[in-house]
Amino acid sequence: MDKIAVVIPAYNEEASIAAVVASVHTASQEAGIHYWPVVINDCSKDRTGEIISQLPCTAIQLPINLGIGGAVQTGYKYALLNGYTHAVQVDGDGQHPPTELLKLYTEMEQKGYDVMIGSRFLDGTGFQSSFTRRLGINYFKRLNNLLVGVTINDSTSGLRMHNVKALKVVNKDYPDEYPEPEAIILYIKNGLKIGEVQVEMQERQGGVSSIDSISAVYFMAKVTIAILYTYIRLTFR
Amino acid sequence: MPPIQILAIVTSLVFMFYISRQIIKGKLREEYSFVWIFSTVVLLVFSFWRDGLEIVAKALGVHQAPNLVFTAAIFIILVYLLHLSKVASRLHQQNKTLSQELAILKEKLDKVVKKNNSEGN
Repeated sequence: MDKIAVVIPAYNEEASIAAVVASVHTASQEAGIHYWPVVINDCSKDRTGEIISQLPCTAIQLPINLGIGGAVQTGYKYALLNGYTHAVQVDGDGQHPPTELLKLYTEMEQKGYDVMIGSRFLDGTGFQSSFTRRLGINYFKRLNNLLVGVTINDSTSGLRMHNVKALKVVNKDYPDEYPEPEAIILYIKNGLKIGEVQVEMQERQGGVSSIDSISAVYFMAKVTIAILYTYIRLTFR
Repeated sequence: MPPIQILAIVTSLVFMFYISRQIIKGKLREEYSFVWIFSTVVLLVFSFWRDGLEIVAKALGVHQAPNLVFTAAIFIILVYLLHLSKVASRLHQQNKTLSQELAILKEKLDKVVKKNNSEGN
């Protein structure tokens, strides 16, 4: 039977983390699939570390702050080392309802995808993010399409499920900062099949976004450069 | 010998002595010290050989000798800074891998210890 590691990167999420872990267990019972929460505490300054060690989950405490990409990759490593068949990233702030995982899993298994992305924009329901954010997402959609010819509507979505083949790729190589758009190049260039399925997301229950308006420009520039270099590196290796 | 020449020679020698001490004490790795020793030797050579700078500049077709010094020095500094950025990037990557492995190990160890404790009671 398939075992799915639900990787939850948590940085200062003391307000919402317990609820997220509980919702994973509830979703697991409802779906009849084995989900197991693997919480990665990315060296939080609040009580996240203490809280997760008391919860029914795997609590991994990073000794130094690695950033979202490094934290998520830790979870993928753990999943690969401990015999999980799939690993999915779910944010620690309650943006990604674990009830949607079933959609990702079934679609992935039926159609033989290696990576399944939960998208907000396929039919436009649920929380849709701000206008400027959507502008950025559109830009990455075009950039990725131009480079690898694959259209991913929601390339900044963190909700993505990997099978073992995909986990082996991200285990070796995963960006540190703002990893999502860049990882799409990584998947395609390593011959993975990516699918996208409509999910409903919620507004965050606690914490703040890793991208505020001041760093938005830096975000766009950094990710653009990273995407281009990743493309060149993987094309001419 | 003009005072500036004496000052240059003394400074170069002190600098060289300091670098050597750092290497001996193991605080500076040899591969990083190479560039420092080399530049100190160059400084020392031109401190003793005062006309050297004019001669080298003329040979290369540089009209103002100090310009040669600035150009060469800035170029070398840039190359060395790039090298240091590469070192920092490598360290960053190694640091990341180490802390990930450590965190996963710690989780495993905690589980084993807890299991042992409950079996012992």
